Amino acid sequence: MDVVNQLQRQFIDYSASLHREGFLDDQFTQLQKLQDDNSPDFVVEVASLFFEDCEKLINNMARALEQQQGVDFKQVDASVHQLKGSSSSIGAMRVKDVCIAFRSFCEAQNREGCLRCLQQVTHEYSLLKNKLQTLFRLQQQILAAGGSIPVVE
Amino acid sequence: MVLAESGFSSPRNDAFPAGLRVLVVDDDPTWLKILEKMLKKCSYEVTTCCLAREALNLLRERKDGYDIVISDVNMPDMDGFKLLEHVGLEMDLPVIMMSVDGETSRVMKGVQHGACDYLLKPIRMKELRNIWQHVFRKKIHEVRDIESLEGFESIQMTRSGYDLFDDGHFLSGDDTTSGRKRKDADNKHDDRELSDPSSTKKARVVWTVDLHQKFVKAVNQIGFDKVGPKKILDLMNVPWLTRENVASHLQKYRLYLSRLQKESDIKNSFIGMKHSDLPSKDSTASFGPHKAMNMIPDDVPNGTYSFSASNSLAQNVDLKGQGDLKGITSAPVAEPKGALSIDIHDSHEAKSTQMSFDHSLGSVDSAVSFASFNSTTPLQYPWTEIPEIQFKQECEPLHLENGFSQLPLPGPSMIENEANRSRIEVKPLLDECRSNFVEHLGPVGAEDLFPIQSKSQSLNNQVFDLISATKSSMKTQDVGLNYLADSEFALRNLNASGVGVPLATLSEDLQICWLQGDCYPMNYGLQDLECSTYDNPGLMAETPFHLYDVLRFDHEHLFDPTEYYAIDQGLFA
Repeated sequence: MDVVNQLQRQFIDYSASLHREGFLDDQFTQLQKLQDDNSPDFVVEVASLFFEDCEKLINNMARALEQQQGVDFKQVDASVHQLKGSSSSIGAMRVKDVCIAFRSFCEAQNREGCLRCLQQVTHEYSLLKNKLQTLFRLQQQILAAGGSIPVVE
Repeated sequence: MVLAESGFSSPRNDAFPAGLRVLVVDDDPTWLKILEKMLKKCSYEVTTCCLAREALNLLRERKDGYDIVISDVNMPDMDGFKLLEHVGLEMDLPVIMMSVDGETSRVMKGVQHGACDYLLKPIRMKELRNIWQHVFRKKIHEVRDIESLEGFESIQMTRSGYDLFDDGHFLSGDDTTSGRKRKDADNKHDDRELSDPSSTKKARVVWTVDLHQKFVKAVNQIGFDKVGPKKILDLMNVPWLTRENVASHLQKYRLYLSRLQKESDIKNSFIGMKHSDLPSKDSTASFGPHKAMNMIPDDVPNGTYSFSASNSLAQNVDLKGQGDLKGITSAPVAEPKGALSIDIHDSHEAKSTQMSFDHSLGSVDSAVSFASFNSTTPLQYPWTEIPEIQFKQECEPLHLENGFSQLPLPGPSMIENEANRSRIEVKPLLDECRSNFVEHLGPVGAEDLFPIQSKSQSLNNQVFDLISATKSSMKTQDVGLNYLADSEFALRNLNASGVGVPLATLSEDLQICWLQGDCYPMNYGLQDLECSTYDNPGLMAETPFHLYDVLRFDHEHLFDPTEYYAIDQGLFA
């Protein structure tokens, strides 16, 4: 029980910090609430889908921006828009914020600006991925120790 | 149990809104999963798909299989707004749009296209929980459309009304009262359906082309102003159809027409002289399918008109165009309120344009057809009415009419929109055209034709636009723009070919459209469309006939299945 309590406390603290630092917003909490007995791994599954989608979109953007003969900004913008939508699904606030800036650069057809944003987005995405993986690991540990995942409001 | 076949009344509805059948369309896999989970938590029955096309297929396969559709605005294969239109037209289901982009213009666009709500992502579960209200509301409105309730039906209603929705726990606490009221209304609806022997509404009515044509015909006969579901129903004489069906269809038709109007207006504004090279193509105008040439340049397809810029397309257009034209005509037609008076008071609104266009086309067509076939019977459309409409357009096409007389026309601006009100013009034109055309388009010479063409072109364009608009709405594909393009082409071709367009068909279409203003080009019956004899040279000979029909505002040719289909294919491709 002690172990479980400790783990749970860790989990709560870590969750809170993620929220505080803007990595996750309320949407993530909503997802956690959706998780139930019917779908016990709901949050993890959603996160996996998000990571997959993210990687695909980032690759698309990178490819489009690499075009020497002329960048198709519409295409880049479309991908950014999709990424924005995706990040809103899981509550990835920081990723979403970069997307907003990214879109303005696309509109302005500013390749340099876009490349910078792409870098930022990639960075934010990696950070988030690591943090979520840590969180999920904690969750697993709690469950393995017989405890339940606390819901952080 | 009261609940039976009608949309709402199925066993699962015992605890409405539980079991609400939702179709979610989103290309984002993460959101699709989340939405599915949220909706399931609301006890709804969820179906997901990530492609708009797939969604349409699902909806078509099971016409009565869903209660509501939720779709994202941005999708790779089709614009969410187009999907929205298709669903609204074909299935008459409430559609909710979603997007991470909440710009006012986008939201407005959604509403304009018929969305009953627009949700911003991230979507909360409580927003999804209440989507049943849209389904309910639609039902109620359909019910209200019914002109009268039989006495015994009311009694039944009251009696069983309270049984349904007993289970009010899906309504949030504060909604209970209003919910109860709504429930009663809904029950009423269900009851009516059940108790009315003539209403066998088990599944959603599929508005095939034929059915729609009957509908449009009836509306025209009654007069757009005085139209009402019961009158239409009586005229249509379709035993299994209910007033409700007609009422909701009428509603959509009206919306559709007004939408087309707007679009045609826009189109008209920039149509200008798109047609660049059509004329040459069509000189041979084999007017073939007249089809409601009236409005839609489609009639032209008869060969000469290849409306679309490309000849091949034109040919198709003939067939399709007709349909499309019809559609278009309807759109513009919608505006003119007067049933028969084609008085399209508008302006350049697409409607008038269309109308005029149609007419002009009609006249042109007739003229053309005439010319080619040397028929002696001038298209005697009951143009009287039409002229008004036609003329409204500032379109030159009106000139066509006048022009016909002169054929190479540019003739008297009588045809001009305003002036054209008089039907007389139409007739004289026809006669004139006849004489002018005697030689066939060929001899007339390109220039000759052109003058008319340009006029007709503008009309055509408009018509096309309308048609396109119509088509798009009708077709599931991104017809919209394509259609417009096609229509424009068609129109151009029409123009080009001079007046080969079988006026008869056009006039019919036009007339129908005008009168009703409700032309509702629905692609409902695409598959049911039978190719009219558009391609048939023999048709030309029949032109006078058609014209006559047109005069009677007979929609029958409104939709040219073949045209429809052809165009559709192109679009889909």
